[in-house]
Amino acid sequence: MPVSVDSSRVIYDALRANGVGLVSALPETWLVHLIRMAEDDEEMILVRLAKEEEGVGVSAGAHFAGTKSAMLMQNHGFLASVNGIVSCSQLFRIPLLMLISDRGSFGEPDPWQTEGGLVTEHVLDALRIPYDRLDAHEHCEHRVAKALTLAYASNRPVALLLGRDLMWEDA
Amino acid sequence: MRRLDALSAIYDDLADSIVVTIMGAVAAELQSLGHRPNHFYLQHAMGLASSIGLGIALCRPELDVVVLDGDGSVLMNMGGLTTMGRYRPKNLTHVIFDNESLLSVGGFPTATSTGTDLAGVAAAAGVPRTATVTDVDTFKAAFLEAQASDELTSVLARVDAHYEAPSDTKGFVTALGLLENRFQFARHLQDLADG
Repeated sequence: MPVSVDSSRVIYDALRANGVGLVSALPETWLVHLIRMAEDDEEMILVRLAKEEEGVGVSAGAHFAGTKSAMLMQNHGFLASVNGIVSCSQLFRIPLLMLISDRGSFGEPDPWQTEGGLVTEHVLDALRIPYDRLDAHEHCEHRVAKALTLAYASNRPVALLLGRDLMWEDA
Repeated sequence: MRRLDALSAIYDDLADSIVVTIMGAVAAELQSLGHRPNHFYLQHAMGLASSIGLGIALCRPELDVVVLDGDGSVLMNMGGLTTMGRYRPKNLTHVIFDNESLLSVGGFPTATSTGTDLAGVAAAAGVPRTATVTDVDTFKAAFLEAQASDELTSVLARVDAHYEAPSDTKGFVTALGLLENRFQFARHLQDLADG
């Protein structure tokens, strides 16, 4: 499977270096190594979800508990989470870091991913969620740090889009 | 059983717990009994109260966490029962007030009115202890057993589809601001961590 283990490690290490102690996730191809890294890390609380919107609640609970968290999901999972984001994270001003695999962009071979890719950034914009991209190793640590800093300063959700060039080795 | 009577019966037993409620009648009635800084009322985001309780319980195993849920909310996040059943935190008690209706939006019947058994769903989802109660005394007993037990428990409490706004509440809107509640609750959990 050409999902990049090296890039997954760089992203995971960036989460750990920035104090993330809980990760909620729903598997998708690009995220498999990240989820396994969380599973193998005894100091990380991994919450495997049935549907992504639950993760918004789990992350809110983690925040109340004093634990930094991150949601790992595909862009379709982000689309499935919109009500929770609006009526939990945004209404109650709860910091939330979302790592969203940006499927459906240039190079996407799976026909079923292509509609979500067209709307992801528009929905982020419509929700006024600040976002940046992770497309190279050198982006990861400082962009994760900056995303968390803004999430906590603004008490709002922020997103990092995981790009194909970072996650897929033969892109 | 009236939900307000059920809440009154356990009100003293919630004093040292971390309490997360759904919106609507549960939030208004618990506030009418007396707001405390250990209460968080999720006034929207239907379904996610249990997920918030799960997040707190997993991150802070030293705390006793109580979620006061409802049939309409559980039906909106049935997958969340499988996540609770998967991690089954010992310090979480999950109360489902089942009035067989979406009371706060006009009383339309939910699927529990036609036979969906949410205690059965919870058990089948992997929640290790469940109880179904229909009167205040058995509710209080089941709640105290659940709090004392070292297993995740869902208590299904069948209640009347009845709501009368408390005197200081307009409809379901209480005097406590959403953000005031949210920041006070977070600070309370921080204070507990700081000892």
